[in-house]
Amino acid sequence: MYKNMFFLFLLLSVVVATKASSDTLIEKQRNLGVLTENAGLKLPVGFAAIVAIENAGRARHLAVTPQGKVYIKSGKLINGKSVLAFKQEDASGKLAITQSFDRIAGTGIAIKNGYLYTSSNEEVFRYKLNSNGDVEDTAKAQRIITGLINRRQHESKSIALDNAGNIYVNIGAYSNSCQEKDRAKGSKGIMPCPVLDSAGGIWCFKADKENQTYGDGFRYATGLRNVMGLDWNTQTNSLFVMQHGRDQLYQSWPEYFDTTSGAELPSECMYELHKGSNCGWPYIYYNHLLHKKMLAPEYGGDGKKEGSNEFQDPVVAFPGHMAPNALLFYTGNQFPSRYKNGAFIAFHGSWNRSPLPQAGYFVAFVPFKNGKPSGDWEVFADGFAGKPIINSTRSAEHRPCGLAQGPDGSLYVSDDSKGTIYKITYTGK
Amino acid sequence: MKSIVIISSITVLLLSFKQPKKPQSKIDSSPQASINRGVAVYRKECMSCHQADGGGVPHLNPPLSENTDVLGDKKKIISIVLKGMEDRIPLDGEYYSNSMASHAHLSNLEIADVLTYIRASFGNKASAVTPAEVALVRGGKKK
Repeated sequence: MYKNMFFLFLLLSVVVATKASSDTLIEKQRNLGVLTENAGLKLPVGFAAIVAIENAGRARHLAVTPQGKVYIKSGKLINGKSVLAFKQEDASGKLAITQSFDRIAGTGIAIKNGYLYTSSNEEVFRYKLNSNGDVEDTAKAQRIITGLINRRQHESKSIALDNAGNIYVNIGAYSNSCQEKDRAKGSKGIMPCPVLDSAGGIWCFKADKENQTYGDGFRYATGLRNVMGLDWNTQTNSLFVMQHGRDQLYQSWPEYFDTTSGAELPSECMYELHKGSNCGWPYIYYNHLLHKKMLAPEYGGDGKKEGSNEFQDPVVAFPGHMAPNALLFYTGNQFPSRYKNGAFIAFHGSWNRSPLPQAGYFVAFVPFKNGKPSGDWEVFADGFAGKPIINSTRSAEHRPCGLAQGPDGSLYVSDDSKGTIYKITYTGK
Repeated sequence: MKSIVIISSITVLLLSFKQPKKPQSKIDSSPQASINRGVAVYRKECMSCHQADGGGVPHLNPPLSENTDVLGDKKKIISIVLKGMEDRIPLDGEYYSNSMASHAHLSNLEIADVLTYIRASFGNKASAVTPAEVALVRGGKKK
C-alpha cells in the first residue's frame, strides 16, 4: 500500500515537473505516437516520406496543379530564374525539372482557375496554365498587383485565393513592435502605429485585374505583424492565417520578462479572418499559458496587464518564435479521416529563444471539426533540423517553409535552407 | 556646531574615498582579459540575434564570422554598435532583413571588450579593439 502510494507520488511529481518546464509542451506533442524514420523525418505510424527534389534553391512556397506538376518559388535566383516547375519522373515519386522562369525572387506561389500566381516582395504576377498544367508562355506574365511596401523587414508577400475571384496578400509590418526606435531596449510604441495604414495586415485585390495597387484593393484585416502562412478554408469559406509574433520581449524589456518567458512568449497565433478583423499588433500580444491577450510593453504593458478586448482572439496559439511559414488545410482523401479538413503548419524554426535551445523546425497538425479545432496541436513531421537540439539557427540542416497538397492527397513540404522538397504519403504500414 | 563638524568630517571622508579611485588603472587591458569580459557582454547584448555560434540567422541577422564589416576597419564596426544599422545594404553579397538598434548605452570598455571577443572568436582572428578607439568614434565623449 505504502509502496503504491510512493509510486503514485513519484508519478505525480514527474507530471508536475514536466508541466513546470516551458519546453515540455513541445516535447509532449513530439512524443505522441510511435515515430518512424523516413527521408530523415520522423512521422506518425503509417506515413512515409521521400525526398522528391533536391537543391531547388531557396525553396520558399510551392504549389501543385491538378495534373501533379509542382511549382516552387525561390527566394534567390537560380540561373537567373525564381520559379522552377517539376513533373513526376517515375513511380518512385521523384520529380524532374521541366521549366524555369520568372526573373524576380520572392516567396508566394498559388494555383487557381488555370493560372499560376507568383509574388516578389513588391508585386504579384500570374501565368496562364495549359491543360497539362504547364505554363503556356513563360515570357508572358500578367502583373496583377504592384507597388506594395518593401522596407527591409517582413518583406515576403505570401498569397492565397478564395473561390470568388479575390486574392489575399500579406503585407508584413516593417517593424518589430512599432517602437520609436525599432528593436531598441525600452523604446516606446508609437500611438497610433503609423505602419498599419499600408502594412501589418492582409490586403484584398481582384485575382484577374492588372496593375492594381493600394487604391484598387482594400485592407481586409489589420493588426497582423507578419503572415507567412495563409490558406482559404473551403469548409468555413474564410481566410485563416498564421502570424509571426513579435520578437525580443526579454531583450527589450528585461524588467518585465526573463529568458524563459521571453522564449515562450508571445504565442504564435492562428486567426480566422473576416473583413475588418483586427488582431491587435502592435498593441497586444497573446499569452497561450494564460489564454489571454496581453498589453504590449511598448504600450504600457508589464507582462501582467491584459490587452483590450476590441482585438480578435486566436483560433490556436503555439509557443513563441517558432516561425510559422506555411498553413494548409488538408482536403485530400489519402490520409486517415482525422486529418481531413485539419490544418498543417510548417514551422521554419526559431532564433529568438536563446539562451534556451531553439524550437520549431517541424510540421505541426491541428485536427478540425466543423471549421473549429477539435483537439490539441501535435508535431506531425519532425527531424528537418537533422539534430535533436538546435542552439544556433544556422546549425539546422533543413527548415520547413512551404506546404502543398498533391492531387493524390500527398503532402509536399519545401525547405528553404537546402532546397529539399519532401513528399509525405500515407501507406498504412 | 557638533553636527557641522560631523557632517564636514563625513564629507571629507567621502571625498577622500572618492579621490584616489581611478577605475581605468584597475582594468586589465590585455587582449585575453578583454576577451574574457567580452563573453559576458556578448551573451547579454548580442547573442539573441547573432546566435551562440556567431552564425547569425540566415537572411535576418548577419553572421559575425567572415563578415567584412566585423573584420575590416575597426571604425566601421564600432560605429555600427554605437549607431545601429537600419539601411538595406548587402553585406558580403547577402541581404539581412532585421534592423539593429543602437548600443550606445554600453560603455567604451564594454564595446571594446565585446568587439575584441567577436574579432577573436567564431573563426575570426582580427586584432583587439581598445576603449580609446571606441571613444574616438563616439566623438571623444567618455562614458
